[in-house]
Amino acid sequence: MRTLFYMLTSLAVIGLAFWAYRENYATQQALAETEELRTEIRAAHARLAVLRAEWAYLNRPDRLRDLADINFDSLGLLPLAPEQFGRLDQVSYPQAPEIDFVNGIDVSSMADVGGVQ
Amino acid sequence: MIRTPLRPLARILRAREVGENPDAIERENKRLRHEEMRDQMRARAESRLLILGLGFVCAFAVVGLRMGMLSTSDPAEPRAEVQGAAISAARADIVDRDGRLLATNFETHALYAQPRQLVDPENSADKLVQIFPDLDKERLLKDFTGKRKFLWIKRKISPEQMQAVHDIGDPGLLFGPRDMRLYPNGTLAAHVLGGASFGKEGVSAAEVIGVAGVEKYFDNYLRDPANAGRPLTLALDLTVQAAAERVLWGGMKLLNAKGATSILMDAHTGEVVSVVSLPSFDPNNRPRPLTQGDQSDDPLFNRSVQGVYELGSAFKIFTAAQAVDLGLATSDTMIDTKPPMRVGGFSIGEFRRKNYGVISLSDVIVHSSNRGTGRVALEIGVEKQQDFLRELGFFDATGFEIVEAATGKPLLPKKWTDLSAVTISYGHGISTSPMHLAAGYAAIANGGYAVTPTILRQDAPVRGPRVMGAEAAAAARDMLRKVVSEGTASFGEVPGYAVAGKTGTADKPKPTGGYYEDKVIATFASMFPAHDPKYVLVVTLDEPVETSGDEPRRTAGWTAVPVAAEMIRRIAPLLGLRPSVEPAPLTDITLTSSN
Repeated sequence: MRTLFYMLTSLAVIGLAFWAYRENYATQQALAETEELRTEIRAAHARLAVLRAEWAYLNRPDRLRDLADINFDSLGLLPLAPEQFGRLDQVSYPQAPEIDFVNGIDVSSMADVGGVQ
Repeated sequence: MIRTPLRPLARILRAREVGENPDAIERENKRLRHEEMRDQMRARAESRLLILGLGFVCAFAVVGLRMGMLSTSDPAEPRAEVQGAAISAARADIVDRDGRLLATNFETHALYAQPRQLVDPENSADKLVQIFPDLDKERLLKDFTGKRKFLWIKRKISPEQMQAVHDIGDPGLLFGPRDMRLYPNGTLAAHVLGGASFGKEGVSAAEVIGVAGVEKYFDNYLRDPANAGRPLTLALDLTVQAAAERVLWGGMKLLNAKGATSILMDAHTGEVVSVVSLPSFDPNNRPRPLTQGDQSDDPLFNRSVQGVYELGSAFKIFTAAQAVDLGLATSDTMIDTKPPMRVGGFSIGEFRRKNYGVISLSDVIVHSSNRGTGRVALEIGVEKQQDFLRELGFFDATGFEIVEAATGKPLLPKKWTDLSAVTISYGHGISTSPMHLAAGYAAIANGGYAVTPTILRQDAPVRGPRVMGAEAAAAARDMLRKVVSEGTASFGEVPGYAVAGKTGTADKPKPTGGYYEDKVIATFASMFPAHDPKYVLVVTLDEPVETSGDEPRRTAGWTAVPVAAEMIRRIAPLLGLRPSVEPAPLTDITLTSSN
């Protein structure tokens, strides 16, 4: 009985040692992967920062103004002026399509009944 | 093992025969057995102690070995970091109110040399001069062949230049990574942003530190790695700022001014949406400060907060507003502006020696009468005038968050006499920056609440302490509106935006004392739309001359006002303000007797 107990215990120790060993290596692996990802994210951030800086540089007001001046013939861009504000009722909405009536029913005699004018 | 019996029969029988006590045999045997047991137990205990001791020795040996290993190995960053730790440790960006970039970082490289490792110093120096024409070849060659072990060649180089240096192929030319501060919009808002430079420099990294403007004021915030992903959001609006700079630059050139400044402020929150000071500079390549001559000629000089001058008649409205607030007068109260007026032995005169006679307080402002406001100021009294101006913020440097603002401390009279009260009522004898004036006008525009100028975007409504009643502020606004519609600032009329404002033309003081005859500071402080002011605009021109007429004209009405009007025309639509029709004044009810 005792021998069996000793054997089981030592087997458990060996098993646990093996498990810990594997876990250790899995953790190391995960850490290495994380580090790699972090490096990638850092590089992506740096790239993004460069792109945003470049975007801001290309969209700087001086350059846009010069471009608008150079391409005035084709674009005709001018600074925003107070006259360009419109009101909603100045918008010419498209006319509602007229419905073509076919075999219409004459309801003029019902006007008094239904109160339709 | 065979146990020895305690009472062996043979010995007991023999003992009985000889008449001995058989118990003695038993005791004897018991003793022997106990001794044997004791010896056994001692041996076992000793072996246990030995094993335990060995265990401790092993454990301590492991600890000792680990410590030894830690002390001899190279330090490494812990690889398992806390979740959410900042990835970038770069200086935080600066953005405008809509999140458009004003300042960011750019990864670049610094070029250095280790002359000991140079293979062909002469060729390298030659090629380096071809790449960087500003380098001195003789000096470079001397450094390369001399005793130096290390030297910086260039602080910041572009990727193309780096490739060109790579192509030289000398192992003694080395690169160090650098985070460079980049202002993508060039000179735009240069005085606000200030600039940055390198602090402590190492081969693998360099510290970026702010040297002026918000970069310096918020240096700790910007450098804190915890804020790397959180940009500093300013109140500035990039488009409005660009348009304002353009208009002001054009106005400055047209009117032959040597400098100009404009401040556009939200009247309710004190947010500075645009602030321009010309001439300007490029913060990417910040010039060195002037070491001689007048500091105000330096492009680095920020006229909006450092340009402390007497701003002239633009101050008159504060006297009028206070008089209405104290109940001393209304807009229609008649004021005697006839000469002579002598205070403290000095005679108070008007512009071009005019005489307006007895006119209403409203007309005192419209015609900009010095004697009129002077008489009102005498009625208000020195103490109350001081208190009012202090509440409006004219006694201290503005709280504007750029480092230069602290140097823009107003100049006040040492002894505030009646004469001071009179001259200050029309803006002489007190020198303030245009930023102070904008804050004062904002208090009138927002219905009487003190305003602290700020460069940071305010996400919640801000309301300072009340400095005057809403009625007094409204009366002051009506007077200011009249200045534009029928007074000295008639060029300031912008259809749809009901501009209200007051001009101010002050002679520039000579450094030697006294005033210049032909150099003025022309100011127009305004607010729009007058019936519901949203923004305050202050435009100041330094030494403007309008030369289209027979004789040069220098008054603000001819110089600062048209520039401000053009600016409002350009930027009001950008601010989302649509032109509106001014509400007409209600017709008075006329009582007629029916009987």
